[in-house]
Amino acid sequence: MTTGQLRADIEAGSELGARRSKAPLLEQAEMDHLLDIFSSEAKFSAVDLGDEVVLSFDGSGNLDSGTRVDELYSYQSHRGADMLELFGIDYSYKAVKTILSYEAQWMKTAQLNLIAPLQYGAMPDLGRYSKPDGPIPNWSELMPLGRIAEAREAQEAAVEHAVADMEFVAEGMWEAGADGMDFDTAGAAGDADFLAALTAIAAIRQKYPDVGIELGMASECVLGMHGQLTYEGSRLAGMWPKDQLRMAEAAGATIFGPAVNVNTTRSVAWNVARACTIIKPCMADARIPVHPNVGMGVGGVPMSPYPPADATSRVSRALVDILKCDGL
Amino acid sequence: MGDPLGMACSHALASGMGGMRTAGDLVGRMQMTRGMRLQDAKTYVAERLGVGVADLADPITMHEVRRDFGLGRIPVQELTYPTHAGAMEAKFHIAEVLDVPINSVRRFEECAGIRAVAGRPTQGGAL
Repeated sequence: MTTGQLRADIEAGSELGARRSKAPLLEQAEMDHLLDIFSSEAKFSAVDLGDEVVLSFDGSGNLDSGTRVDELYSYQSHRGADMLELFGIDYSYKAVKTILSYEAQWMKTAQLNLIAPLQYGAMPDLGRYSKPDGPIPNWSELMPLGRIAEAREAQEAAVEHAVADMEFVAEGMWEAGADGMDFDTAGAAGDADFLAALTAIAAIRQKYPDVGIELGMASECVLGMHGQLTYEGSRLAGMWPKDQLRMAEAAGATIFGPAVNVNTTRSVAWNVARACTIIKPCMADARIPVHPNVGMGVGGVPMSPYPPADATSRVSRALVDILKCDGL
Repeated sequence: MGDPLGMACSHALASGMGGMRTAGDLVGRMQMTRGMRLQDAKTYVAERLGVGVADLADPITMHEVRRDFGLGRIPVQELTYPTHAGAMEAKFHIAEVLDVPINSVRRFEECAGIRAVAGRPTQGGAL
């Protein structure tokens, strides 16, 4: 891409992000800095010395070199992870509940062998509670039939199941020595999914005052699959990161992870400009650390299991430089 | 996840504090457990260790600081630490130095009979 094309993409990405999320455009100096990062011909890009942030590494490990504890050790000692996360490949609290004693034993073993703070992570994954996977009528089938009230009731019933499962797993993990819990891709099934995560977090916080709790989002805007659900008096449907953060703080999370999904038809520069614009309103008022998600296909990182290091590093640097975030 | 070089290592080198090579795990622990924002967590850890904030991401300085406080270090082929604090032992020191509760340390104390807790079994557990 030429410098002119990059500049146009950065401006267009910020403009779209600002229009959709009702956030201010990035300032000119910020767009100029993004242009510097993305027009560099260097193979790698990095923040200035002293500007380093904490990397929470949701889903640490790659399952290709021994046990999960081996992988966690490798992330701690060979890959510079500041925090670690034990997880099951199903990555759903509903699924983890059925094998909790097994997962909790892994947590204990991992804690005996690791020094870096280690949390357990999975998704609230509300959709798993609907038929045919779960006991609740499927709201995605009810809504097209116009049975809106039933669809809403079904989601409310699913929230109760999900909250119970998340509390159950958190209790087991805390008893096994976990430093924290990660509720990742919250809101993936919409506002009821987000409400389930918030409700579980509040209950867990009350029960375990010292537990770390990370709330990571599924996307930049909470979908209104229910549409009428509220938390602390605020309607959850349609929330963007700034208000999502406010909910996370109210519930008792200690780390908030906003997520902005990439548009795979646009450039990395476009996606990063859009992500920065959408997340930036979080930063000034945050009372807890903000760690934007930067996995594959999120935050501007290309949607590939093998992203080029130059792309990953430019995204990493750009988000830290522009957002002054607390971690990634 | 993703391939480690393209994801984990790239992020770590581009913007990370360095984990146990430096004080990244200590700053991360204050964020996770206390919800401290980055600058507050860095300042807190630096003060507890008696170093400057800029030292926290310096592996040369932190190698010696971690040795002095028994906070655990990464063994390499040229340097091993069989008589120094590692894993759980280091977490006992981290809890003391940072004045922060570490759940696994409490559990270890209970299971080892170092600290009895009323109403809690010292073996087995709730599961």
